[in-house]
Amino acid sequence: MKWDISNMSEWTVEDFPHAAIIPESGNSDDYNVGGWRSERPYRDDEVCTHCMLCWIFCPDTAVVVKDEKVVDFDLAHCKGCGICANECPTNPKFGKSAIEMVPEGCELPGVK
Amino acid sequence: MANQKTIAETGNVLVAQAMRQCKPDVMAAYPITPQTTIVEEFAKYVAQGRCHTEYVTVESEHSAMSACVGASAAGARVMTATCSQGLALMWEELYIAAGMRLPIVMANANRALSAPINIHCDHSDAMGARDAGWIMLFAETAQEAYDNTIMSVRIAEHSDVLLPVMTCLDGFITTHSVDRADIFDDDTVAEFVGEYVPAYALLDTDNPSSHGNFSGLGGPYFEFKKQQRLAIDASMAVIKSVGAEFSELSGRPFDVVEGWGMEDAEVVIVVIGSSAGNVRHVARGLRAQGIKAGVLKIRVFRPFPAAEVAAALVGVKAIAVMDRSESFGAEGGPLYLEVRSALYDSSERLPVVDYIYGLGGSDVRLELIERVYSDLADIASGSMAPFGMTYLGTR
Ligand code: SF4
Ligand code: SF4
Repeated sequence: MKWDISNMSEWTVEDFPHAAIIPESGNSDDYNVGGWRSERPYRDDEVCTHCMLCWIFCPDTAVVVKDEKVVDFDLAHCKGCGICANECPTNPKFGKSAIEMVPEGCELPGVK
Repeated sequence: MANQKTIAETGNVLVAQAMRQCKPDVMAAYPITPQTTIVEEFAKYVAQGRCHTEYVTVESEHSAMSACVGASAAGARVMTATCSQGLALMWEELYIAAGMRLPIVMANANRALSAPINIHCDHSDAMGARDAGWIMLFAETAQEAYDNTIMSVRIAEHSDVLLPVMTCLDGFITTHSVDRADIFDDDTVAEFVGEYVPAYALLDTDNPSSHGNFSGLGGPYFEFKKQQRLAIDASMAVIKSVGAEFSELSGRPFDVVEGWGMEDAEVVIVVIGSSAGNVRHVARGLRAQGIKAGVLKIRVFRPFPAAEVAAALVGVKAIAVMDRSESFGAEGGPLYLEVRSALYDSSERLPVVDYIYGLGGSDVRLELIERVYSDLADIASGSMAPFGMTYLGTR
């Protein structure tokens, strides 16, 4: 059963599991933990070969894949570490790699 | 009462024996005088295959306590030992161990803190850590060090408590002197302490849990601290009941404060650790001369047994606290502050004075203790005014 924390703001001392222990796995799914990112990855779909290296290397499993294609970044969990951009190989056809790190809040197409 | 064997051993060997008998899963430790022979002895048991403990040799005490925190969160019964600079180096993990509610048991071989460099006994190390959230027991003798170690496991792991316990014995005086002690056989101790069943364990993959978490920006940090306060307050009843059970088993009395001559005492010394023996010796001599001397030994310092101290001191005429550590700039040493505070709500206003003594292993000769009682007699009779804090026996 999923740990019900829906009314955590109402909890008192007695309600919290001791020592801030989280008694289930994977519940960061429920949280936006990407709030302190200063750069975000921007992927050019034309340049991307869907080699999946970014998906393999992302430490936050924030690369979203659908039908064996990279489709998006999960910005609620991406920390902006840039590992994906670093690992993304140069596509010789374009002379560049598909991922570029762009400052948070910039107005690039498809980034907002 | 369980079968026991009388042996002659040093305090440190007795602590190592007690630890072995409690069957820790993990021991992570770094040697430091005068704790060294505890971990050396324990390492020998591991090498001899006399316990199943995973012995982790680390590069510092900072790492020792870090390894203990990790192992305890993983679900292991964990022990370590340290003192002085080593305890100081553990400072941040002491708070983490308590905040994570990990029932680690640690022996501390009380030793002075630098500077100047000094390897001898005082209580500055433990007292410096008194607000870290650990339960703190103090031993007068090697026997008490052995007993406290075994009781600590039960206290720490109790579901109402789940806090680390520091079990202190005086460096060299208790750690290195050969003393007479009665010890249990291994099975008796194993049965007394039982198995540790952690409520949440990292290695319990069927019930995954996450430990040491961030409490959030503006999150419930305050609530977790109150949980800790409630737990250490609740530990007093647990300490008493575990102590009573242990007493039954050992035939040795245990109380959070232990009085001598307190029934009708007029002049009383409150003391912690090995000096209690000398104080009792002097008090016994004074009793023979018709002076109503008493001794109040503090065996549990955290949680502080304030109510028990206040109750024991009812009807006394003058009280001296002996502090083997400083709280520089405060009104007196740590024990003095606690005792005075404990007495604040008493209906009678009792004169309490503080003697800082024995720092860095400075000798606590019987004449010094006699002087304390003689000051107390003067304070009780009104011929001397209570003077607050003084140093006892400096040149
Ligand atoms: S590493 Fe680059 S090319 Fe490979 S899938 Fe990711 S974005 Fe596309
Ligand atoms: S920036 Fe880092 S966290 Fe974000 S998608 Fe790339 S690798 Fe993952």
